[in-house]
Amino acid sequence: MKYLISLVVGMVVGAAAFLALLYYNPMTSQNKLSPLSVSNNEVITYNYSAVATDALVFTNDGKSTVAPYPSKVQQLWEPTVRLTDTMATVLRDSRNQPVAIGIKFSSRSESTRILNGEAIIDSAWHIYAPGQGSLFVEQRENHWGYLREIVVPAYRSSGDSWRGNWNGAITSGPGALGTARVFGGSGEFADLETDGVESLSAKAYSVKHGPVAVDGTLAVELPAPISDATPDP
Amino acid sequence: MFKTFIVGILLGVAVAAAALHYFPAVNQSREQSLIIVHPNRGNTETFHVNIPMDRVMTGAPSQKEPLPVGLEWPVDPRFADTRAELFKIRNGKDAVVGVASRIAANDVSSGEIVEWVLHLPARGSAYVIMQAEPLEDGYRTGNLAAGTREFSPLVGRVSEQWVADTSGAEDAPVGRIELTTAFVARKVEEE
Repeated sequence: MKYLISLVVGMVVGAAAFLALLYYNPMTSQNKLSPLSVSNNEVITYNYSAVATDALVFTNDGKSTVAPYPSKVQQLWEPTVRLTDTMATVLRDSRNQPVAIGIKFSSRSESTRILNGEAIIDSAWHIYAPGQGSLFVEQRENHWGYLREIVVPAYRSSGDSWRGNWNGAITSGPGALGTARVFGGSGEFADLETDGVESLSAKAYSVKHGPVAVDGTLAVELPAPISDATPDP
Repeated sequence: MFKTFIVGILLGVAVAAAALHYFPAVNQSREQSLIIVHPNRGNTETFHVNIPMDRVMTGAPSQKEPLPVGLEWPVDPRFADTRAELFKIRNGKDAVVGVASRIAANDVSSGEIVEWVLHLPARGSAYVIMQAEPLEDGYRTGNLAAGTREFSPLVGRVSEQWVADTSGAEDAPVGRIELTTAFVARKVEEE
C-alpha cells in the first residue's frame, strides 16, 4: 500500500513539476518587439481599447470571463461559434482621433500547442477608414505571454487582479517574420498586400471582468511606392 | 519506497507530456460543408442569414432603434455614410456555421463600397468585395479578394441576394440574405 501511495504522490509531483517547467520555461517567452519597428517604410497605426465595454459591440458565448456588451447583444452560443469572440470598435489614429470602424473575429485555434508555449487565436480584422479605404487583416495570435504574465498572476493574486505594465506583440503569423497578412480592398488601400502587427499594452486585469485597462494597436506597413523615374546613366 | 517515488515522478512527467501532446487543447465544432457540384459550372456553396433573428449588430448613424439595444454609434460626421453590420451565417441545413460582417459605405476615396467578411471558425475567413450596384434581377455579385486557411488557395465569385419569406409561417423570418459562393483553386483557374 505504501508503495502505491508513494507512486501516486510521485506522479502528482512529477506532473506538477512538468507544468511548472512549462510555465516558467524562458524558451517560450514571447517576442515583445514588433518586426515593423525596424521597417523603413511608412507604418500606419490604429489604436483601440481592448476592454469590452469600450467597444461598440462585443459578443461571445456569454459564459466567458468577459461579458458581452451591450448586455442585450446576441450571444454566439451555437457549437460552431462558441469559441469565437466578435468585436466592433472605433479605431483611432496616433492623435486619438476616430478614423475607422474595425470589426474583429477571434477564434480559439486548433493549432494551440501548450507544450510549445503556443496559445493560438486565429483572427481576422475587417476595417473601413472613411477617406482612406478598407482593409482585411489575417493573423495568428499567440497569447501565451499574455496568459503567463497577466492572466495567471491575476488568478494567483489574493485580490483576484493584476496591475502593472505589460507590452507585447501578439501577432505570430502567418508571415515568415511573425507578421499578419494585410489586404487592401478599396480607396488608397486598393490592391495593397502588405504586413501588419497587432500588439497589446496592459495595465490592469481582473479575474471577474477580464481586461480592465488594456489597449491594442494594429500597425500596418505601407510599402514604398515604386519610382518610375529612370536613373541617370 | 524512495525508488518508487522517483519512478512516480518520471511517470507523472511522461503522463503530463503525453496528455498535452495527444489531447487537443481546442476542438472546434464542425458542420458538414454542403457543396453542390454543377455540371460544367464548378462548385457552389450557399450560406444564408435569417433576418431579423441572425442580425447581431446594425451600426449606422441616426437609428431610432439601434441594434443591439444600447449601441452607441459614433457621432463623428466621417462615419455618416458608413453602415456596418454583424450577422450569424447558416449553411444549407439552417445550422449556424459562422459569423460575418458587411460594410456598406460611400466616400470620396473609395466611392461606394459593399464588402463582406465571412468567418467560419473551423475553416477560415473569406474577404469578399461586391459590386456596389446591384444587377437588374436583384443580385449583387462580387469576388473573393482574400482568404485564410481553407479559403487561402481559392479564387472565385460570390453573389448576394435578398429572398423574402413566402411561407407565411408564424415564426418564419421576414426573409434571408443568400450568399452563394463559387470558388475554385487558384491553380485550376490559372490552367
